[in-house]
Amino acid sequence: MNLQFIADGLIMGALIGLGAIGVTLTYSILRFANFAHGEFLAWGTYFTLALASGFGAMFGGSGTLGSLSFGWPVIVAGVLAALLTGILALALDRLLFAKLRDRGNAIVMVMASFGASMALRSLLEFIFTSEPAYFSRDIQMALPMAFGIRLTPDQLFLLAMTAVLVLVMERFMALSPIGRAMRAVSENPVLARIAGVDVERVIRATWMIGGALACAAGVMLGITVQIRPFMGFDLLLPLFAAAILGGIGSVPGAVLGGLIVGIAEATAVQVVGADYRAAIAFLILIAVLLVRPAGIFGVRE
Amino acid sequence: MLDLFAYAAFFLVTALSYGIICLGLNVQWGQTGLFNVGVAGFVAIGAYTSALLTTPDMAGRFGGFGLPIWLGWIAAMLVSGVAAALIGAITLRLRADYLAITTFGIAIAIQLVALNAETVTGGPFGIGFIPRAFGGLEDRPIIFNLANLALVAIVTALLYYGLERLVRSPWGRVLRAIREDEMAAASLGKNANFFRIQAFALGSAIMGLAGAVQAHFIGFIAPENYVSTMTFQVWAMLIIGGSGNNRGALLGAVLVWALWSVTGAVLAAFVPGEYQARAAALQIVLIGVALAALLVLRPRGILGEEKMISRFLNE
Repeated sequence: MNLQFIADGLIMGALIGLGAIGVTLTYSILRFANFAHGEFLAWGTYFTLALASGFGAMFGGSGTLGSLSFGWPVIVAGVLAALLTGILALALDRLLFAKLRDRGNAIVMVMASFGASMALRSLLEFIFTSEPAYFSRDIQMALPMAFGIRLTPDQLFLLAMTAVLVLVMERFMALSPIGRAMRAVSENPVLARIAGVDVERVIRATWMIGGALACAAGVMLGITVQIRPFMGFDLLLPLFAAAILGGIGSVPGAVLGGLIVGIAEATAVQVVGADYRAAIAFLILIAVLLVRPAGIFGVRE
Repeated sequence: MLDLFAYAAFFLVTALSYGIICLGLNVQWGQTGLFNVGVAGFVAIGAYTSALLTTPDMAGRFGGFGLPIWLGWIAAMLVSGVAAALIGAITLRLRADYLAITTFGIAIAIQLVALNAETVTGGPFGIGFIPRAFGGLEDRPIIFNLANLALVAIVTALLYYGLERLVRSPWGRVLRAIREDEMAAASLGKNANFFRIQAFALGSAIMGLAGAVQAHFIGFIAPENYVSTMTFQVWAMLIIGGSGNNRGALLGAVLVWALWSVTGAVLAAFVPGEYQARAAALQIVLIGVALAALLVLRPRGILGEEKMISRFLNE
């Protein structure tokens, strides 16, 4: 049996996990399921694409780095785009969610995020059209790993990047003052406020981190597959499934959930074909809700 | 002039069929506070169920039982309602937004089945030759559209009357009590979860009926009719008209559908061919912004919710 599908599942799983960190943080700290989160992935990727082609035009050439299919322009653009995506998330919060938050009805916020997702996605389609775009059209040679699995240099780089980002996030949430404040608010917002936690600052940090990681996930998808306005929306169900499977509020849970969803999808493609790939996340979601609604690392409420 | 008349009738049939979906959503959201992101999925279940039962037998595809249309309508309600009851039983006992996520998922799953299960659903080509109500009059479009308008208007009126009775009944009051304060309703011995499942199934059954009504008016269905844009339009209709108010649901449906048709026609007439896709995207942006702005600025919508208390309290 050819085990190559595991490598593909690993890449998808890693990027679903990165995206799901934002979903799980907004869900636990701001207490609503954000349907616009998929759009942060797509916007982040288009920010990166626009900036990278801008750099390419300014400094000439589209130099590549080692055997990767992209070079410094994409990397620098990606870092800036992560910042921009965080600011986009903050702006959306200021314009929309902050105004609804005070009314205390979480479901109205879910609905508003649904409307915002529709508008943001169509705006991308308006600006960039629904034609797919690519960071590079070069074809890469895959390097043999173990068990007959081959990975391209891009895939290796992105997996390493995910590992670093997840480790940093985990340490950040565990040790840094703002990370601890975030966990406190997710545990009990009223108590956290009484204890002197600056809740507004926690909310800003949540959006910045969620937006930046969504951008990273989107760029991963853009490099390994392609860039489309619907790329984030199509990933929304896997993101939710991963966040709920891992347990709402848990960063390692979101990443583990993402890996499980990604590898399950790739396995299903092997077994039943690609037609029903998108239904796998739904089946996982239903199974989790039936068997263990709190998720792997979740606490029962 | 007569063409305009025929178009007006055609427009109203479509708008009212959306109005029926809105009435269903109003039971779920307006009365009970359940957020359903899979409206298009439940409409699709109804449309496909009825189409499978009523189309003539066809080689290479399952179904085609040639049953009468009214039977298709009833089956559409039943299947959509049962599907919703199952989903509700799994998710409604959990956190409120799990229902939103699950219904979002079921809409995607239904879309996949419609696209890929070609031997049942016809795949991307959909199902054609669905018997149309008053099909004998098809060669005279004005009479045909008017007859269909009369039929859909009667169905809408019956539903409206039935739902008005229902929301004023003790059952309707329990739904609103659960929406406002679940703890208080539970302390009065009401099984909140069971009432939610009932309301969710009823609302989805009505959506299924609307799907069947649309299918038998147009005579053709395909998966791309039931994408998230439809869900989004129906939500905009209910919020703009006034959720919690059945007249608001119908008013919103007609208004938003008129707005959608007019902007669509204007874009088609004045925007050059190569920019049409972009202009269509802009149309969705505008409705999305309008929905978000309305939620912030005027969450009651145009009509807003009526205060309904027991008629025995007025004495």
